[in-house]
Amino acid sequence: MDHITGSQEQAAGTELPGIPITLTINGRKRELSVAPWVTLLDLLRERLDLTGSKKGCDHGQCGACTVLVDGKRINSCLKLAVAYDGAEITTIEGLAQGETLHPLQQAFIDRDAFQCGYCTPGQICSGVGLMNEGRASTRDEVRELMSGNICRCGAYTNITDAVMDVLEKEGAK
Amino acid sequence: MNRFSYHRAGDIAEAAQMGAEPDTRFLAGGTNLVDLMKANVERPTRLVDISRLSQNTIEDLPEGGLRLGAFATNADTAYDERVEQRYPLLSSAILAGASPQLRNAATNGGNLNQRTRCYYFYDTETPCNKREPGSGCSAIGGVNRIHAILGTSEACIATHPSDMCVALAALEAEVRVQGPAGERVIAFADYHRLPGDEPWKDNTLQPGEIVTAIDLPADSFTENYTYLKLRDRLSYAFALVSVAVGLKMEGGKIAKARLALGGVAHKPWRVPAAEALLEGQEPSADLFAQAADAMLQGAVGQGTNDFKIELARRAIRRALRQAAAGTPQSQTNKQVA
Ligand SMILES: Cc1cc2nc3c(=O)[nH]c(=O)nc-3n(C[C@H](O)[C@H](O)[C@H](O)COP(=O)(O)OP(=O)(O)OC[C@H]3O[C@@H](n4cnc5c(N)ncnc54)[C@H](O)[C@@H]3O)c2cc1C
Ligand code: SF4
Ligand code: FES
Ligand code: FES
Repeated sequence: MDHITGSQEQAAGTELPGIPITLTINGRKRELSVAPWVTLLDLLRERLDLTGSKKGCDHGQCGACTVLVDGKRINSCLKLAVAYDGAEITTIEGLAQGETLHPLQQAFIDRDAFQCGYCTPGQICSGVGLMNEGRASTRDEVRELMSGNICRCGAYTNITDAVMDVLEKEGAK
Repeated sequence: MNRFSYHRAGDIAEAAQMGAEPDTRFLAGGTNLVDLMKANVERPTRLVDISRLSQNTIEDLPEGGLRLGAFATNADTAYDERVEQRYPLLSSAILAGASPQLRNAATNGGNLNQRTRCYYFYDTETPCNKREPGSGCSAIGGVNRIHAILGTSEACIATHPSDMCVALAALEAEVRVQGPAGERVIAFADYHRLPGDEPWKDNTLQPGEIVTAIDLPADSFTENYTYLKLRDRLSYAFALVSVAVGLKMEGGKIAKARLALGGVAHKPWRVPAAEALLEGQEPSADLFAQAADAMLQGAVGQGTNDFKIELARRAIRRALRQAAAGTPQSQTNKQVA
């Protein structure tokens, strides 16, 4: 599965006539023309300079590319951007309110939930998706429902702590 | 990825018409197809996007069953209240598969039609009869840890990787399809096929045919069931062996038994004789051992997957015990009770 996919050079997707689509990304509406083979991840990173979402594996196996589409977490590396015409996309760049971090971003800092940080944007978007789903309340549930995000540095324990902190705060409200 | 054109289908009929043309593929969630396109295993010239068609709901059937739209996501299906309450075996199997992100994108129709995870199938440098008819099978005599022990052929020893389908086999679901020639209904046992001498055919769909829905029968297993999945990691990994069991208990005896195995064959594996052997009997370790042997009759190891035969035997016995006791495998706490 280690083939060079060539998606980097194709990523800009400007060399061939594109398909017009509208995406609302982090609250901003964008009219774009995109070649059909451009993934949402490549569109975000290579064309829109939203490089927070990371390309770990490009095959759905790591979760580093996790973003929210209409509030639901998905792997942006396996999604063609054209298929999301009309959708609302939230990336790690769109979670904070001005200078105020999203509670889960703050919890990652407070709990030291990363080392190199490469998996972190995906982890945080995934954690927000998990909260939207409302299916996790125990540590076991958080661990299982965060299992789509691999952390090569092994920060799992602190990641679980961070997610639990926010879940508990939300629950207490 | 190669260059291709993209068309968003307006309805099933239009999609079926377009899909019948060569080198056209249906795009649903894309979690398998886009991956295969990146690996150059799939090189379509046109994608027909069916993910926005209206068959994305879950609806009660008049006879008490449930109709799962082909374009409903795996997550929406597993978490649907009716599925959770009336078909917990299905809910459990879906939640045992992939990751929350993938389940949010993956559709029911796509799950049925996902392709094998055979390493050689993915690697265009190596011979593979499924990818390139007549080129040979690299898995036979190669590394075949994840390959089949049942129903193999000299042409291919791949497995079907789905968890959802293993539960659907035990539930005896029906697959509704629509193609250029009209609609038909396929019994789940007849949907996927064995490799035989045409391993490039995973299932019995005809050109242009689209899965529109999966119908679950009214008769289900709500107390005595389990989905036991064994794999190299506790989550986010395909099954080495999985077992779906549904039992109906009456007066301490097994009135009805349905079993299916995943990870061991080119399709979810059922053996009616093993089910018959359980029915009318009181649960016991001996009985479960006999049923496991019957399920695995004819199993052959391929070298690096020899371990699967004993693993499957033990998994079947364990799963039958879990189901009979009414203590289904938790997909959260992975301790196998
Ligand atoms: C890293 C990773 C781990 C995974 N782990 C698991 C796991 O543990 N267990 C498991 O079960 N699955 C697992 N999966 C597979 C996942 O479940 C499938 O990729 C998914 O179900 C496919 O659905 P889709 O809608 O994305 O299909 P697509 O990728 O869109 O399509 C797959 C194929 O089906 C065809 N198709 C789609 N819909 C229809 C239809 N309605 N009618 C006819 N043909 C159709 C397409 O043309 C294509 O050939 C994993 C996937 C990845 C990437
Ligand atoms: S097992 Fe099947 S899919 Fe794998 S290499 Fe052999 S022919 Fe190809
Ligand atoms: S980059 Fe998308 S899952 Fe790894
Ligand atoms: S912090 Fe390094 S990969 Fe997770």
